Amino acid sequence: MSEHPLNNFLSLYSDSLKRLALNDSGFVFDPMTGQSFTVNPCGLELLKLMQKQKDVELINHQILAEFDITAEILERDFLEFSEQLRRYLK
Amino acid sequence: MKTASKKVHQLTVAITGMNARADNPGPGVAVARCLREVAKFEGKIIGLGYDVLDPGLFQTELTDAGYLLPYPSAGEHELLERLQYIQEQEQIDILIPCLDAEILSMIHLQDQIAELGITMLLPSEAQLQLRNKDRLHQFASSADVKTPKQTTITSSSFFYDCEKKGWSYPLVVKGQFYDAGIAHNPEQAVGLFHKIAAVWGMPILVQKLIEGDEVNLTGLGDGKGNLLGAVMMRKRAVTEKGKAWAGMTVHDEGLLQAAQKLVAALKWSGPLEVEMMRDKHGDYYLIEINPRFPAWIYLAKASGNNLPWTLLEMLQQQPLSKLTAPVAGTLFIRYAQEVIVSLADFEAMTMTGERAVELL
Repeated sequence: MSEHPLNNFLSLYSDSLKRLALNDSGFVFDPMTGQSFTVNPCGLELLKLMQKQKDVELINHQILAEFDITAEILERDFLEFSEQLRRYLK
Repeated sequence: MKTASKKVHQLTVAITGMNARADNPGPGVAVARCLREVAKFEGKIIGLGYDVLDPGLFQTELTDAGYLLPYPSAGEHELLERLQYIQEQEQIDILIPCLDAEILSMIHLQDQIAELGITMLLPSEAQLQLRNKDRLHQFASSADVKTPKQTTITSSSFFYDCEKKGWSYPLVVKGQFYDAGIAHNPEQAVGLFHKIAAVWGMPILVQKLIEGDEVNLTGLGDGKGNLLGAVMMRKRAVTEKGKAWAGMTVHDEGLLQAAQKLVAALKWSGPLEVEMMRDKHGDYYLIEINPRFPAWIYLAKASGNNLPWTLLEMLQQQPLSKLTAPVAGTLFIRYAQEVIVSLADFEAMTMTGERAVELL
């Protein structure tokens, strides 16, 4: 696994990510804290992959294959998304 | 026990705490609602309050009768006399006290109230005092549960040099019975000290402010150390007094384990609410144990555990309805509603302390 900064995030928040309840509508609920938020289809897919994978390269690979998005934009958005998630996942 | 043979659904149940000011409601109305909505319940609910404007006294859909009680400051003798009078009118089987300030009097009077034919599920006086604010730290430590750093003071001069003694602002200034505020500097702290001391007396408690999420749990202690029917809630919106205006069921294993330890250590008997803070490191700090159902108890019923009903079953020594681990994500949103009171009812409550009897 590479030393990508997001791998550290995925490892650190693995348990918290796994407990999230994801609805296909994009509604996300944390049963431990009662927090809820909404994500777009790409964010939802990212969360689903993050619940299964701890390797950011594999996640990126699957997102790039599924969504019309460049690697640069995905990298930027993924980092921003992880920062937002840190605020919810304690 | 006099009422042990009576079926739960035929009981006459008196409930205190019928006050329901929108910013800080008492639990009584919610407890009555939990019982009234049990389809097989055919008994009577008697609302007991302390103020002529307590709405639950007049809510005919929830209470069959309403009576005023003397304030706790009037003394236990007056309370017992009033209960004797009400008992002659209503033949109450079970009393559910819902306010902190009356629990000690109810414990003192428990035997005499039982002689009237009224049963209650209460902790002992010793159990109640272990969770007093000035002893909570010591008790919680013995149960392996953290509390915020706390000290007791009798002079406001503490606030001018407390930073030299390892304290830092903001900190929490609390009364020994009720009321608390956050002070960001010595001036605010001194103001809070005098305001709280004037109402609730000395000493004043000073506590380290724990920043994080407040999480609450309600349940029933069986008196043997077991916590029954736990329901956990996180506030989603609060009133200016910090009371829940909206809240959601959660499943927080850390909170549950801490509450189980506390109930086991206390061998708590009766309803309770455990209030804790979870800080950013995931550590839990006990803030308070309230010796009663919380005002948000209807959420417990709505999420599968009708704890007031379970309390009646326990008191009647009957098999308990199934208790569940409530699913996280059930939300309540509180709202205010006007209760319409006829002049005859208002006059009767003002003059006699009871709702007018309907003449058919």
